Amino acid sequence: MVWIRFILIQNRAGKTRLAKWYMQFDDDEKQKLIEEVHAVVTVRDAKHTNFVEFRNFKIIYRRYAGLYFCICVDVNDNNLAYLEAIHNFVEVLNEYFHNVCELDLVFNFYKVYTVVDEMFLAGEIRETSQTKVLKQLLMLQSLE
Amino acid sequence: MPAVSKGDGMRGLAVFISDIRNCKSKEAEIKRINKELANIRSKFKGDKALDGYSKKKYVCKLLFIFLLGHDIDFGHMEAVNLLSSNKYTEKQIGYLFISVLVNSNSELIRLINNAIKNDLASRNPTFMCLALHCIANVGSREMGEAFAADIPRILVAGDSMDSVKQSAALCLLRLYKASPDLVPMGEWTARVVHLLNDQHMGVVTAAVSLITCLCKKNPDDFKTCISLAVSRLSRIVSSASTDLQDYTYYFVPAPWLSVKLLRLLQCYPPPEDAAVKGRLVECLETVLNKAQEPPKSKKVQHSNAKNAILFETISLIIHYDSEPNLLVRACNQLGQFLQHRETNLRYLALESMCTLASSEFSHEAVKTHIDTVINALKTERDVSVRQRAADLLYAMCDRSNAKQIVSEMLRYLETADYAIREEIVLKVAILAEKYAVDYSWYVDTILNLIRIAGDYVSEEVWYRVLQIVTNRDDVQGYAAKTVFEALQAPACHENMVKVGGYILGEFGNLIAGDPRSSPPVQFSLLHSKFHLCSVATRALLLSTYIKFINLFPETKATIQGVLRAGSQLRNADVELQQRAVEYLTLSSVASTDVLATVLEEMPPFPERESSILAKLKRKKGPGAGSALDDGRRDPSSNDINGGVEPTPSTVSTPSPSADLLGLRAAPPPAAPPATSGAGNLLVDVFSDGPAAQPSLGPAPEEAFLSELEPPAPESPMALLADPAPAADPGPEDIGPPIPEADELLNKFVCKNNGVLFENQLLQIGVKSEFRQNLGRMYLFYGNKTSVQFQNFLPTVVHPGDLQTQLAVQTKRVAAQVDGGAQVQQVLNIECLRDFLTPPLLSVRFRYGGAPQSLTLKLPVTINKFFQPTEMAAQDFFQRWKQLSLPQQEAQKIFKANHPMDAEVTKAKLLGFGSALLDNVDPNPENFVGAGIIQTKALQVGCLLRLEPNAQAQMYRLTLRTSKEPVSRHLCELLAQQF
Repeated sequence: MVWIRFILIQNRAGKTRLAKWYMQFDDDEKQKLIEEVHAVVTVRDAKHTNFVEFRNFKIIYRRYAGLYFCICVDVNDNNLAYLEAIHNFVEVLNEYFHNVCELDLVFNFYKVYTVVDEMFLAGEIRETSQTKVLKQLLMLQSLE
Repeated sequence: MPAVSKGDGMRGLAVFISDIRNCKSKEAEIKRINKELANIRSKFKGDKALDGYSKKKYVCKLLFIFLLGHDIDFGHMEAVNLLSSNKYTEKQIGYLFISVLVNSNSELIRLINNAIKNDLASRNPTFMCLALHCIANVGSREMGEAFAADIPRILVAGDSMDSVKQSAALCLLRLYKASPDLVPMGEWTARVVHLLNDQHMGVVTAAVSLITCLCKKNPDDFKTCISLAVSRLSRIVSSASTDLQDYTYYFVPAPWLSVKLLRLLQCYPPPEDAAVKGRLVECLETVLNKAQEPPKSKKVQHSNAKNAILFETISLIIHYDSEPNLLVRACNQLGQFLQHRETNLRYLALESMCTLASSEFSHEAVKTHIDTVINALKTERDVSVRQRAADLLYAMCDRSNAKQIVSEMLRYLETADYAIREEIVLKVAILAEKYAVDYSWYVDTILNLIRIAGDYVSEEVWYRVLQIVTNRDDVQGYAAKTVFEALQAPACHENMVKVGGYILGEFGNLIAGDPRSSPPVQFSLLHSKFHLCSVATRALLLSTYIKFINLFPETKATIQGVLRAGSQLRNADVELQQRAVEYLTLSSVASTDVLATVLEEMPPFPERESSILAKLKRKKGPGAGSALDDGRRDPSSNDINGGVEPTPSTVSTPSPSADLLGLRAAPPPAAPPATSGAGNLLVDVFSDGPAAQPSLGPAPEEAFLSELEPPAPESPMALLADPAPAADPGPEDIGPPIPEADELLNKFVCKNNGVLFENQLLQIGVKSEFRQNLGRMYLFYGNKTSVQFQNFLPTVVHPGDLQTQLAVQTKRVAAQVDGGAQVQQVLNIECLRDFLTPPLLSVRFRYGGAPQSLTLKLPVTINKFFQPTEMAAQDFFQRWKQLSLPQQEAQKIFKANHPMDAEVTKAKLLGFGSALLDNVDPNPENFVGAGIIQTKALQVGCLLRLEPNAQAQMYRLTLRTSKEPVSRHLCELLAQQF
């Protein structure tokens, strides 16, 4: 069965800015995964692919300024679809936070979770339309 | 458009986060956090009731502290309280805290479920979504139990909002993944399929994921999704780039939905309905056409989205593997990508082409790209791209390009990353053997492998070269010469010394005529390596030395000197010491004749084809494989003398059997007792020889084969089995059993434990026990490589009617098998009624990215359910008489394939399962047995009689049972054992 195992946003120093798990891991395991992903992804440069084998899965990642956005999926899943899913997500964040920067994700961490849940749920892509997602987020923003 | 400012909403939280960020040290941070925790604790414990805002703020702070990596042991109750707030922002923080922090805490779960229940019933879409997201994020069994029945209702209710439907679909998917038993299929399933027609593309996007998951276990229930998915896909693919507005991404209409629809279609075979199929093929062609159109944007997002669909389309084309035109077009498209400036595309093209290479329709088209792929192997900067290039070269290799590919791989090996060396070595070894036309090339290749990457050459690889050299006399001289030259290198790998030692010991005489490689030169060359080698290699070399004494008498004195040296005769290692002592004595006491007999050249290894080769051959069609044989050697017999396979001259038969031989040679078997009914006299029959063999009606062999049709997809095992990853074939398309499957099965008719199968990658061991009509079998899968097997999926399949005759329950095993590791699988077996064909064991996995599959026959034969029955002679004869109908008897007369040894025969019959009855047959040479086959539905009484005739080297086997097919089948099984 194919689904996203986790989504991670990390900065170059390895600080986690978002960790969303779609599989049961215990806390130690999560910490290990976070460190491993960081080690695997940060050594790669622009000439490398945006995909890297990782344990029995693969990581699809893209770097935006100092942040790495990583999605862990099954080895036979569609690489480019997830690569663009990351970009789609980043464009939504950018719009929502008005030129998003790392600090937005720090101070509004609880809102980032809402954005994620609108776009990804149960390890699947839930909604891909930026207009629809942003409209929904705006509506939620207006609620008390 | 919305924009939020930092910390908007909760000032206290923003201040706290700033404080933490300003901490100069870890200690300062901890201090600040502890201060905050104390503050929050006092607030929560305080007399004053907190308002919703404060509660939300503190819970949010706790969450932040937790996410920083600190333990949080309070605040759960406050978070649960937030769930029942009427304010969205408070509810949201409550749900978030629960999703991140609560792991099925039994005390709270009831309260949480209660809050969720209220929100689900609230008819407020925002609250409903929050509740659904919480279930989807936690996905615990408790939540499944509480809500699995409600969610399908919400999903298909006419008045549910679109966003609620989206969340409900994926929430249900999560519950189904976590506990499929909790999600009952029902009338809602049909309505879920129709969500593919929904106007809201987001609902379709979510629904496709749900359907893709559900249909894997219930393909028939969801079959109607095929035509709906095709028409949806067709509408998207043929739409102009702006038609879908919100769902157009960089001028590409609905890329993610397209990909999901294409993946859904990969759960099924090509559509049966011609119109649907036509429409789908049109879609696939349109995607391929669009790939050729000039891009509508220079942005990478545009090309990525477009290519995401393209690659998924190609996956579907490969999955169908039935449209030659599309396969070749796909290959050409990928060919263009091989030289694309984007590394991503080059990587994906190599990966995708690897699967195209295994289709007969596109194999040739893939081969045309060989130069580009070789270039990729040499020049790609990213090791994972080089790895894919190596995989593809392996996949595209055949007789026409093997030399080129092998030499390129060898060259690559010199600089290859350590992580993938062993895999490359294995690939080269397999290719070199498989496509060897002249064996000198094969020998060169393997020696090169040892030279370049000796550490990564596993035993199997160098055993294999020895087998081939031993069996092919046309290459022996060349091998001796080449290995002699290779040993000249000042530093040569120990594996080279082993191969050299063995080959020179056998065939050194073939090059001894040349003064440059005269016997003393050969010996001193080998002996110069001796002291640097491990014990195992030194033991092998000692055997080479004694062989030298036989081959080259002029070296005798020197070699005896070496053997006599204190370092050998008093060696601390027992094996070395023993060899030195024995060889020294042998060389001194034995006459030249005896020496020549004992140290004779090794006999050829039994010729049989390697299972890997057989599998590859079947894939690529006849003519692709080579004539090379694969006689696997027992690793313990790898040294010349210690483990020599007994040649007739070195066999010393244990005395009891010699005794028996004498006995058996004496009188011819007497006539059968009168009670055996039919007037066939043994003596008569035997004197007629094999020509008198009764015909057995329809040959059981044929009947067996005809039952081996692919098992029906609704076979219970297919449902029980874990869903395979989408790209892998489902259990319904497992391949036919490997050619040796019958031979392997036969080995287990009379025994329950042993190695069922072994090749260079995998070993499968069996341990089993049977009682009454029940059995338990342990299968041990050993990964012989150092690379992890992925998607490891062993399944048991019941061909034909077998599922009504035999129930086999399997436990799933881990999908990964680490290098060198072994996993165990337990099978519970119940014999429901008599059966003729064994179940099939299909093992599939990915090794180094390449899919491997293997089908064997599971060693479960009807005789395993034998219950031995002791009885006196007169009971036996009475029963024998009762079973006198012609169809109750099966008889076979056959030549002995093994030495006729009474003890061995006894052991085999006992292993077969029947009781052995002494003093029943008047002729003590004969064997008589009785037993009952226990099945759930019925019991089958069986009597058997085996009459050996040592003079004719033949047996007559008679089976009488109460059931005709059982008699025939048992007779057939047992006859192959002698």
